[in-house]
Amino acid sequence: MRLKTSTLFAAVALAAASGLAAAQTIKIGIMTTYSGPGAAQGDQLDKGFKLYLKLNGSKLPPGVKVEPIFRDDTGANPDAAKRLAQELIVREKVQFLTGFVWTPNAMAIAPLTAEAKVPYISANAAGVSLPRISPYVARVSFTLWQSSYPLGQWAAKKFKRAYTVVSDFAPGHEAEEAFTKGFKDGGGEIVGSARTPMTATDFIPYMQRVKDAKPEAIFAFNPAGKQATAQMKAYADLDLHKAGIKYIGTGDITTDEELQNMGDAALGVITVHHYSAAADRPANKAFVAAYKKEYGEKLNPGFMAVGAWDAMDLIFHVIREQKGKIDPDRTMQLIKNYKNPNSPRGPIQIDPDTRDIMQNEYLREVRKVGGQLANVELETVATQYKDPWKEFNKPK
Amino acid sequence: MTHAGGYVADSRIRAIEWLPWVLAVICFFAAPTYVPLGSYVLTMIIFALSLDLILGYGGIITLGHSAYFGAGAYAAGIFAARVTGEPLLGLLVGTLAAGLLGLITGLIILRTRGLALLMLTLAITSLCLEVANKATDWTGGADGLGGFKVQPILGLFKFDFLGKTAYLYCLVVLFLCWWLVRRLVYSPFGASLTGVRENNVRMHAVGAPVYQRLVISYTISAAMAGLGGALLTQTTQFVGLKVLGFELSGELMVMLILGGVGRIYGAFVGPLAYLVAQDYLAKQFPEYWYFGIGAMLVLVVMFARGGILGIIDALIARVRSRPS
Repeated sequence: MRLKTSTLFAAVALAAASGLAAAQTIKIGIMTTYSGPGAAQGDQLDKGFKLYLKLNGSKLPPGVKVEPIFRDDTGANPDAAKRLAQELIVREKVQFLTGFVWTPNAMAIAPLTAEAKVPYISANAAGVSLPRISPYVARVSFTLWQSSYPLGQWAAKKFKRAYTVVSDFAPGHEAEEAFTKGFKDGGGEIVGSARTPMTATDFIPYMQRVKDAKPEAIFAFNPAGKQATAQMKAYADLDLHKAGIKYIGTGDITTDEELQNMGDAALGVITVHHYSAAADRPANKAFVAAYKKEYGEKLNPGFMAVGAWDAMDLIFHVIREQKGKIDPDRTMQLIKNYKNPNSPRGPIQIDPDTRDIMQNEYLREVRKVGGQLANVELETVATQYKDPWKEFNKPK
Repeated sequence: MTHAGGYVADSRIRAIEWLPWVLAVICFFAAPTYVPLGSYVLTMIIFALSLDLILGYGGIITLGHSAYFGAGAYAAGIFAARVTGEPLLGLLVGTLAAGLLGLITGLIILRTRGLALLMLTLAITSLCLEVANKATDWTGGADGLGGFKVQPILGLFKFDFLGKTAYLYCLVVLFLCWWLVRRLVYSPFGASLTGVRENNVRMHAVGAPVYQRLVISYTISAAMAGLGGALLTQTTQFVGLKVLGFELSGELMVMLILGGVGRIYGAFVGPLAYLVAQDYLAKQFPEYWYFGIGAMLVLVVMFARGGILGIIDALIARVRSRPS
């Protein structure tokens, strides 16, 4: 009898244990921006994540489920983001962190990921030194050096004098630095530079200053969203195009979801970036079609939606590889070897040394395709390109 | 009214006044995962207390109190980054910096009243925000100031990841602030402040040094706001531009109105109710939570002018007046 009871007990315990293993739920903390002036960018991340979960949410080992937990950081608000991330880790016990539109927020939470051993995959925040803060940070988005430096090199062959206008926060400073280096090393001259407030909505004064300096090109970076449209409108309103000043920059200034609002002023604008909704790769065509089916025919996915999509793909890959039993160090090992030949933006992989993304950078021009404005890819200026800043600034 | 202060009320600590402290300690043990939120609530209570002192008791209407909170936060952050991460010294530096700013600005703006004063408080916040935004070498600008280490308190209590030390640290500092505000409010000084709020002209007529009283209370309030800011810096080990933002001032005033203006415990109840509601709503509806906050405020303004404590007062009055 005694034996029987204990056998029964063991059987129940075993059943309970396997039951637990069978119904494993992995929580993913997703920080994005739903309120404030940055809500347009946050919306892109939100749509990218939700589309991936809807289409691929079931592609997991049997019994493993994923539960996304969304939080609103209300914009570039590092202390709020830090508190929210801490709560996600402590209270919700998330095993991954992702999302983050804003570099300042990402920089603030990065130390937490090391303390708590929670891997964080940046779906957008592009501050170049971010992965160096913690060994549990990886990035699938981009750095400003990846686009601005080759653009500077390209521009030096076309123009002699350029003016830079960037947003006044870390990614803006990096875009300015990278473009300036590429442009000057190629023999160009920077005739002036301006930094606009992060929340600027009026770009007329800055564009007037550019016009007065009479450069051949203006290099711009802003955090995409509505600001990209506002800056494009200022460029058009002051007739900079007619004054012979070419508008060039990172893909943020002609981001696909905003492009239709910019009007014909955007025609001919040259950018270097890793993603265009108009690219004709099969993976991208499928992605854009799925996106339009879900969110409406008129909406184009921007690079942030792709960042979110790829971040989720990476997390799903890591969960599959570990069959749902997540170990943070093993996770980081797997992330370092992550490769995806079929991202909507083309082949991507994580650089194992820096945990940063390697991807193709395309030179694009805004043209009309089928009556719609589109970032048409002209050539691939860099293939499987590592972040050049980290090449110039190796850790000592 | 019960919140007249000064000589009118009995200044001894009533039994019920120990209730918040007992609850705070119970929360610490009962809900360990809510401790980081708890630290933030305690910090905001300190900030709300400081506003209550000038708005509720002194009648100074300001929408720029975050200038002092932010000054304290940045002073403590810069001190930790450049000099030493000793937390108690950091608190002192934050408090003094904000108090000094309060004294200087108070001397200028308290000569005005009403709308002019309101505009000036806004202007001061905007100025401070712009300074912090531009002085990137010191403040980090829009990227914020981080990467500094805060040493263990008294060399003994390390700030842990779960935020337990931070919570108790905030609780002790809040207790000291509460004790100070209570002493002030129930002193002749507090009575004269209430007098200024209720009838400024008459206070002049009886020969009370109105301007001097206002400047002193404003300085104390600014210093206390700075203390709150320094506390936030140390517990989050980060300072962002939002601490100087106009939104924070507005949010703070909303919290105070929600709790009940002009009474010490309004500053306790308001931030608690607001931040817990915000936490709950943001969790349930991450996309639409501002709507819930807005609806809550409309309801309070329409039906409960005295805030949550006003509702409780009314309920107690109704129970007492019922014939038994």
